[in-house]
Amino acid sequence: MYRSHVLVCGGTGCTSSGSEQIIAELEKEIKAVGLAEEVNVVRTGCFGLCALGPIMIVYPEGSFYSRVKPEDIKEIVDEHLLKGRIVKRLLYSETVEEDNVKSLNETDFYKKQHRVALRNCGVINPENIDEYIAMDGYAALGKCLTEYKPEEVIQVIKDSGLRGRGGAGFPTGLKWSFAAANQADQKYVCCNADEGDPGAFMDRSVLEGDPHAVIEAMAIAGYAIGASQGYIYVRAEYPIAVKRLEIAIGQAREYGLLGKDIFGTGFDFDLGLRLGAGAFVCGEETALMTSIEGKRGEPRCRPPFPAVKGLFGKPTVLNNVETYANIPQIILKGADWFSSMGTEKSKGTKVFALGGKIHNTGLVEVPMGTTLREIVEEIGGGIPNGKKFKAAQTGGPSGGCIPAEHLDVPIDYDNLIAIGSMMGSGGLIVMDEDNCMVDIAKFFLEFTVDESCGKCTPCRIGTKRLYEMLDKITKGQGTLEDLDKMEELCYHIKNNSLCGLGQTAPNPVLSTLRYFRDEYIAHVVDKKCPAGVCKELLSYEIDPNLCKGCTLCSRVCPVGAISGTVKQPHVIDKNKCIKCGACMEKCKFAAISKK
Amino acid sequence: MKSLAELQAIRDRVKNNVVVRENNEIDYRVVVGMATCGIAAGARPVLNACSEEVAKRNLHNVMVTQTGCIGICKFEPVVEVFEADGTKTTYVKMTAEKIVRVINDHIVNGNVVTEYTIGANA
Repeated sequence: MYRSHVLVCGGTGCTSSGSEQIIAELEKEIKAVGLAEEVNVVRTGCFGLCALGPIMIVYPEGSFYSRVKPEDIKEIVDEHLLKGRIVKRLLYSETVEEDNVKSLNETDFYKKQHRVALRNCGVINPENIDEYIAMDGYAALGKCLTEYKPEEVIQVIKDSGLRGRGGAGFPTGLKWSFAAANQADQKYVCCNADEGDPGAFMDRSVLEGDPHAVIEAMAIAGYAIGASQGYIYVRAEYPIAVKRLEIAIGQAREYGLLGKDIFGTGFDFDLGLRLGAGAFVCGEETALMTSIEGKRGEPRCRPPFPAVKGLFGKPTVLNNVETYANIPQIILKGADWFSSMGTEKSKGTKVFALGGKIHNTGLVEVPMGTTLREIVEEIGGGIPNGKKFKAAQTGGPSGGCIPAEHLDVPIDYDNLIAIGSMMGSGGLIVMDEDNCMVDIAKFFLEFTVDESCGKCTPCRIGTKRLYEMLDKITKGQGTLEDLDKMEELCYHIKNNSLCGLGQTAPNPVLSTLRYFRDEYIAHVVDKKCPAGVCKELLSYEIDPNLCKGCTLCSRVCPVGAISGTVKQPHVIDKNKCIKCGACMEKCKFAAISKK
Repeated sequence: MKSLAELQAIRDRVKNNVVVRENNEIDYRVVVGMATCGIAAGARPVLNACSEEVAKRNLHNVMVTQTGCIGICKFEPVVEVFEADGTKTTYVKMTAEKIVRVINDHIVNGNVVTEYTIGANA
């Protein structure tokens, strides 16, 4: 019986900021003061506030320590754990107000969040199946197997209004009913954990923090459609997620929650892990299944859809990690509970990976219909350094940029598409006035050019040509005609590509053209980059009135482009200048500017 | 796993180990003085007995926590019970046996154990 629990985040974010050392130090110090029998140190999944890692929370008080350093541990153990005096100095500053300690749920970051898919992340030890069971784990599977017929399970999921969290938003219950309706000697359940959007990490966090939720949901899906075998396709770049999944599958088998005759009902289900090598296209469902089959990961035409002919040519259900993480909750709490959250056509919650120019980088889960403003300004804590919000990028390389004028649009699948972006898997990158929108479009195109599998021409060649046009514009060589050509090419790529990768690849270009055309025009007509990002369009200048002739700039210039005599204004030779910015950084009189 | 009962048994066994991490509605806060004076006078067995009793009785509305020196060292171990309305009862010279009775009489049944309070001992 432990009287106190110390939860330390063992997700990828906190692990890279040193949480393993924190755990080692904690165990050492707790042993030293003889509290090993009273205090339980638990390595959990992600708490969400990755920017403040390593994160540690002490129960029963619920004290939230952030950015913990190994040298702080002795003080926390001696003061808090031994003597019950919370070390206020080390608490997350937002939880301390006029010397009173607030609950974590009252902080701006957590206040508006509603955790369904992430409910166990940061609460349980993901490597211990008992803790998952204590949180009502596997009760949903038990309920389905003993109380529901397969078609009743599907009906509950249909009624809940759950839609695919991988990005496209297809109704999950409908997908299951298609696969259930097809008769076959063997069917499969697959989980898409090939999270590939730059900046997205919600699936990784669910797998690291609550792997059993996904396993349980896949078994439920197996029962609903009549499949006895499942596969989780996870990328090999997620070593912690892979390790915890392996442990979780092993424990579930040991308890007989996977395998033969589960709960004595005669239902058999087992799971296998398949590691992806990191190709972005393998997140596309047909490419993913081709890859599981051991072939080169390339997409194929649909129809036939996976529900008819999927893995190994058999009817298959394929859902995303976050979709599965919602399922056990829906079964236990009912379709009405789930559909009471969200908007008319998008029910439940959505997890977003918040990144870019924002204070609270991390993972947030909010009900559908929350506005972008609430996420960015309230939960995210706004933009650092007093800069102005310019745009938010959702949906990664398949999505688009949402400008400030749409900050108050309630986020759901349909609204995002209406404003030219998409939900995507949930990456949300915030940009401020220092980001050049042409450059952002070019960044995403560079990604898709790299990741295009090459099977179909519109995607393979189209994205490459599109990238070249963007490159031309960022170098100041573009023409107004190029903008029109680009738009036309975008529509060709969208309409003619084989799979989702190509069909959505032009979105970053189209949405920036729609909302930030003036920036494109500035690049093309004025040959200027308003955000000061595109190097070829910049020039550094020294203001002779401000320059004191200290010679510092001429000494740091790596190419000797700055000349002048001591105590006289210096001059930059624009032909020699490589625009590295070293002079501007060093100037103490703010005499150097870029234009 | 051959039956739901087996699952239920595991849940019952582990539930009390993790319930402390949930943000339950707290009706009672039991605070044990754990400064040097309290520890020396035997506050640790009191705290542990308290945690165990609360878990045994599945009292999810009770938070067992600790604090520093209250300033009445000669009455240690001191335990204070805070109710949701802010009422505070101070028990003194506690032992593992006494705290079990406090939980039983005061927290479960709502009767303050007057003979253990500071008023009866001062």
